[in-house]
Formats: sequence, structure tokens, C-alpha cells
Amino acid sequence: MTLRQLLRKVFLIDFLEGFAITGPYTFKKVYTEQYPKVPAKVPPRFHGAPRLNVDPETGKTLCIACDLCAQACPIGLIEVQRERNAETKRWELKGYTYNAARCMFCNLCAEACPTNALELSQTFEYAVYDMKELYWDKAALEKGPTVVRFTK
Amino acid sequence: MGPQHPATHGVLRLKLVLDGEKVLDCEAVIGYLHRGIEKVVESQDYQQIPPHMDRIDYTAAVSNVLGYVEAVEKLMGVTVPPRAQYLRTLMTELNRLASHLIWLGTHALDIGAMTVFLYAFREREEILKVFEACFGARLTTHAFRIGGLAEDIPPGVLDKVREFTDYFPKRVAEYEQLLTGNRIWMNRTIGVGCISAEDAISFGLTGPSLRGSGVRWDMRRAKPYAAYADMDFEIPIGKNGDTFDRYLVRMEEMRQSNRIIRQALDRLPDGPVRAKVPKVIKPPAGEIYHAIEAPKGVLGYYIVSDGSSKPHRLRVRPPSYFNLAAIKKMIVGSLVADVVAVIGTLDIVLGEIDR
Repeated sequence: MTLRQLLRKVFLIDFLEGFAITGPYTFKKVYTEQYPKVPAKVPPRFHGAPRLNVDPETGKTLCIACDLCAQACPIGLIEVQRERNAETKRWELKGYTYNAARCMFCNLCAEACPTNALELSQTFEYAVYDMKELYWDKAALEKGPTVVRFTK
Repeated sequence: MGPQHPATHGVLRLKLVLDGEKVLDCEAVIGYLHRGIEKVVESQDYQQIPPHMDRIDYTAAVSNVLGYVEAVEKLMGVTVPPRAQYLRTLMTELNRLASHLIWLGTHALDIGAMTVFLYAFREREEILKVFEACFGARLTTHAFRIGGLAEDIPPGVLDKVREFTDYFPKRVAEYEQLLTGNRIWMNRTIGVGCISAEDAISFGLTGPSLRGSGVRWDMRRAKPYAAYADMDFEIPIGKNGDTFDRYLVRMEEMRQSNRIIRQALDRLPDGPVRAKVPKVIKPPAGEIYHAIEAPKGVLGYYIVSDGSSKPHRLRVRPPSYFNLAAIKKMIVGSLVADVVAVIGTLDIVLGEIDR
């Protein structure tokens, strides 16, 4: 051990070097996010709770019951109930269920949607007490989940 | 030791034979996190598989998906546009930083340096914010699609990344000042978990665990993929193959990744981000093996296609599985406290080992 190393050891230089890093942080800006108190902001592309969009003018659903989202889903959690209209030969949407409990938010369903009816919205606070509440039907998907904000 | 032990990084169980504090024998028991991903994907379309690949190594989801989509593209003969190649390189390197920062934080925490954990996660948070803005998710990002990216990255993100690359080397210097010269850190890591270059090669170690033993092997240089052929970077290697050398290798790798990100930002070409691929992907019948350098080592995908829209067989060569195999060689004869250091230095992810 050289004299230099000995002096470093005796005077605890390596620890003091560490404190030189950690010490100044006492006076720096705090990085932590105060999440439940301050609502978190997510970017526009965030994949959160699914939503079925409606036409803002007429209020009718944009879904054309093409079943592409159900076929695109890797888990198969979307169920589109549809019926062919005898007169117009078009599919008509009868019901729509989305099992949000199993969703892994890969966005493949929304990418498959030809009319932008299905979308993964920016809402992420939809924890519930019962898993059955995460089976969302058409009405629930159009309305979106109820977000309960943190209050003191 | 384990499977529910805070220092085993997941659900690893180690059967240790001890003489007092000395380790006489060791056997790793794995399989607690087996989800059967390789079997699950046999019933999935090719474009439905990337979300599952995210969940193999969940700390480096972007790298996993890159390996998979490049394997399928190779099988189909798709040429990816240059902008997509550069963005892939950029995002993969950011993910390498995120993965190494987790390693640094948890490894230092295991050995007893709490502060570095908080600092490392602060920087990782910035990277995850970039992923969130680009891909819509933080951890299991589903970043790439077959043929390129789903969509171009949003405006403003590149400036954030540039800002990050400006201050990141200073932060790495901070970690180094906290750890490299610290005598507790040196006593706990120097000479612990030694493995020679020959042993490392015969065990099939890859990534920083191999380079720590002094073998200059990196898939990014050996068989360039994405845009790595255009990038200028160095491959750091260690000398003694102990925990301290692997630590130094990873720290230097972080700086080199930062350099690659910088180059990718400077040379980012314009143009489309996705090649024309059919809606239903049906690669020709045949088989392909494609390997990339994931943060933990060489990650290989072996795909057997029978010409249908689903793979006949998909085999993943996970780096952590082979790295874990060397654990017996590394810890027999050392102390129980060193076992924690060796698990940390191997940088294993159990999701990848069990799949």
C-alpha cells in the first residue's frame, strides 16, 4: 500500500467523495411526483382504458360491427355480437363486450379499427373492487370508467 | 435461498450446501415464472406475437420485440426503411440504458449502496417517459411492428432525448464517483464471482458477463442488425472476469450506448417508418435464426414457418438462462454474502429464463 492509498484510507476520502455527490441533493429540486395528490399527466398516445367512440353530432356509435378488433386481439377478449340486416345486407351491432381485466394494452384492436370507433384512451384510473365490473359492455365503453379522485 | 428472497431478482431458488458461511455446492431451481410463452405463440398470428415477446424480458421489452420482428422480416425478405432502422436503434439503445440502470440500482442495493438505486431510477424514469410518449406504454411497450414502427414518433420527443444524452454522461460519472473508488464496493466486488474466458465461452455466457472476462464479442459488431453497421462505438472488455470488471464493463457500455443514441439522433433520416407488408403475414415455409445483442446478452429467435399465418415453432434463446448456468462455477468456494453479489452481477431476469 502506497502512502497515498494509506492517507486516502485514514482520512476516509472515498466516503467523502460520495458525500460530495449526495450532500448537494439536499438543496436541489425534489424529483418525486406526488401522484395521488397531484393527478398524473399521460401523453396523448397512452394506452389506457378502452373506449367506443360515438359520432359527436348524432350520438350514434361509429362501430360498423366488422369484427376486425376481435380478430386482431391476441387474447381474444373482445366479443362483437352482430346480426346481418336482411334488407341492407349490412352487419348491425347488437352488443359489444370488452374484458378489460385481461387486456394487455397492445393497441392492436385500435389499429385494426377502420372507423376509429375503438380507442385506448388516456384514462388509467379505473381500479374496481370486483373483477366482474371490468367486463365492459357497449354502454360502459361509450361512457368510460368513473374516475374517483383522491381527496383528503 | 429464494424463491421469495429480495436479492434473487424474482423467483429464483438456489439450493446451497454450506459449511458455516462457505458455499460448498449450489443448484439453481428455476421454473417458478413459467408461462409457456413459446407454446402460446404457436396459436397466435405473427403480428399478434410482439406483445407476448415484451413479456419475456420485461426490463428490455424493446430489444425483445426487435429480435422477433427482425427474424420475421428476414424470413419474409422485407426491407425496412432507413428511418425505421435508425429509430429502432435509438429506442433499443435507450432500452439498454434503462435495463442497465435497473441492474445498477438493484445490484448496488443488494450490496448495500442505497443511494445509487434512487439515482438510477430517476434517470430510468426519463427513458420510460420517452417510451410512454412514443409507444403509449412504459414497460411492455409493444414498440415495433413487422415492417417498421406502428407510427412515427411524436414531435418534441427527439429534443427530450437529446437533452437526456447531454446530461446522462455526467450522471454516470456521479454513479462512478459513488461506487468505483468506494472501499466497501471494492471489497464486495473485486475477486468475487471470477470466471475465466475459457469457462465463460464454454458455458455460453454472452453480453457483459462474457465481456467482463475479456472476450470481445458483441452481436452489434459481429453481425450488425438494424442500423448498427453505421454506428461508431467501442466494445468495452474487462480483464479478470470478476464482479468489479463486469460492473466497469456495464458502466462503459452505458456511455457507449449514449454515444450511439447521439449518432442516431444526428443522422436520423426522413422518410416512411413502415415498409409495405401484407395485412395477414404469411412468411414462406422455412426456418430462420436471428440473434441480437439484448442488454443481457445474445438473444436469439428461431422460427419455423409452415407457410401459414401462425408459426409452427418459435424458440427463444434467452441470454439470462445461459448466464445463470455459470452460477455454480462462480460461487462455489465463496461466502454466502457473495452469492447476492454474483446473482446481481449476472443481471438475470426470471421472466426470460422460464418464459
